[in-house]
Amino acid sequence: MTRSDQPTRRAHRWRIALLVSSLVGTTLVLALALDIARKKAEGRLPPMPALELAGKVDDPAAWGTSFPLHYEGYLETVDQERTRFGGSDALPRPPTAADPRSTVSQSKLEADPRLTRMWAGYAFAIDHREDRGHAYMLDDQTFSARHQKRQPGACLQCHASIVTPNRMLGAGAPDPSSAGAAKLNAMPSAEARTHVDRAISCVDCHDPATMRLRITRPSFIAAIARLEAGRGTPDYDVNTMATRAQMRTFVCAQCHAEYYLEGDDTQLTHPWDDGLRADDMLARYDATGFRDWAHAETGAAMLKAQHPEFELWSEGIHARAGVSCVDCHMPYERAGAMKITNHHIQSPLLDAGRACQACHPIAAEELVARAESIQERTLAMQDTAIDRLIDLIEAVKVARSIDPEDPRLEAARQAQRRASFLIDFVSSENSAGFHAPQEAARLLFLALDEILVGTRALERRS
Amino acid sequence: MADERSSRTQLPRPVSRWLVWASWAAVGTFLGAALFTFDYAGGTAYLHDDPTACLNCHIMREQYQGWQLGPHRRVTTCNDCHTGQSIAAHYGSKAVNGFNHSWAFTTGWFSEPLQINAFNRGIAEANCRRCHGAFVQVVDGPAPHSEPGACLRCHADMGH
Repeated sequence: MTRSDQPTRRAHRWRIALLVSSLVGTTLVLALALDIARKKAEGRLPPMPALELAGKVDDPAAWGTSFPLHYEGYLETVDQERTRFGGSDALPRPPTAADPRSTVSQSKLEADPRLTRMWAGYAFAIDHREDRGHAYMLDDQTFSARHQKRQPGACLQCHASIVTPNRMLGAGAPDPSSAGAAKLNAMPSAEARTHVDRAISCVDCHDPATMRLRITRPSFIAAIARLEAGRGTPDYDVNTMATRAQMRTFVCAQCHAEYYLEGDDTQLTHPWDDGLRADDMLARYDATGFRDWAHAETGAAMLKAQHPEFELWSEGIHARAGVSCVDCHMPYERAGAMKITNHHIQSPLLDAGRACQACHPIAAEELVARAESIQERTLAMQDTAIDRLIDLIEAVKVARSIDPEDPRLEAARQAQRRASFLIDFVSSENSAGFHAPQEAARLLFLALDEILVGTRALERRS
Repeated sequence: MADERSSRTQLPRPVSRWLVWASWAAVGTFLGAALFTFDYAGGTAYLHDDPTACLNCHIMREQYQGWQLGPHRRVTTCNDCHTGQSIAAHYGSKAVNGFNHSWAFTTGWFSEPLQINAFNRGIAEANCRRCHGAFVQVVDGPAPHSEPGACLRCHADMGH
């Protein structure tokens, strides 16, 4: 009896093992079959969902019910992640009643105090910070310390979702959007702020009826028409005449561009009549005698360049190759068998695989290293140029203190104005030269030339 | 004493019989489920040469469409460029890639845009030379001077 126990026991163990492993195997195989079924279902492309906004055209969450994946990406712009040379970590700060923000980005003025002398007397010398995601655009404008000086409502054309506010303010006019924008531009910032309530949303770039891209900023529509008129296309209407590929740049360009505030009613205007290069714009500013402010140390009639991403990109190799903003900053990603545009807009360096590899099939680390080598060199040139600009400011200041009526001051101030604008054009552009490396270098070279001219003027015997 | 021991080791007869039936039923269920899944996934297609087999995964749609529109459609199928050419190499590479692709697509652990790995680049390169070898001999140079991977560095989008 005891002797025959052993084989029986072994047989039982063997059968139990077989039973258990078969059950586990069956479970895994069925899970695989279900996954294959899911992938097959993904492969059938869903039809374009209908958009039922029911009067909530400004509310991104309402669009999100039809386009949940796009909406999720849009919400992710709250992320704060820096690249080697751009962006900023989220710096915690204690919220106050006047400024409820719990995080801010790095102050550019603290990182480089020379900027406060470059912009002495202007609001940007009070507060100027690294850029961060679209989610923060309205708060960062609303609570900026720049409001210590009078700020116009025009800033909100690009710091808020502006389509409906413009139209409501311009209701009744033949072109409500333009008429409303003109009113908002002229308001003091505090009054204008009461007309807007959220940062950029779907409606700022998309037509809710067709989902097509559309340009909503009257300033851009007017400026691109003037630019195209100069290139031989009269009556250019960007919303009907631009290609889809162009629209994938223009929707971004309507805000990521150089502008100035024209006239006493501070109308937001892009200086593109003579072309998109910094020196084209500078020539236009010189011809019209425009100035943003008077320099506190030298009295020069100064110009401030602001985020000219569209213009610098236009001079670069990617623009020539037909690569749009969206191609790199909102690369396609797979969602089942669908491709969707990633609405988490960010630096391509944070997702170099998706952003670059569709055209450049090499390792992401190498792509980032190439971009950083361009940025490092541009910033080194920019650093030298700012040093020499500070020298010139110092020299003009000294000459002015000796004799405020010194006739040589005019040429030196003119050089300061021009050099400062050219340097600012590169430094306030958000790619650290990457969008057009050689053009950025050319502008810094021109800036040094201006500084040389100004310095020589002061060295001349009066 | 002996009776106590045997009662511990020997299951009662009905339980023992149940275990025999249950274990064989489980094996049968497993084999049935596996066969069903293999068939449901279009498994037999992978043993043949029809390019639509690669289209079983929707992720290959772009490559398939590219191949259909390209010049190589007239003379090649997917397998002509992407599998080894001896019988062992042919089914060997199918088995390796079949497992890798199934694993990647099921788990989702792969990066996009898709990039060819060194193993498959080697296979593709060898197949370029299999047809075009005589023609490119002059630029390619004799081994060991010929550069592996040289064809696809410039002609990466040739097939699709």
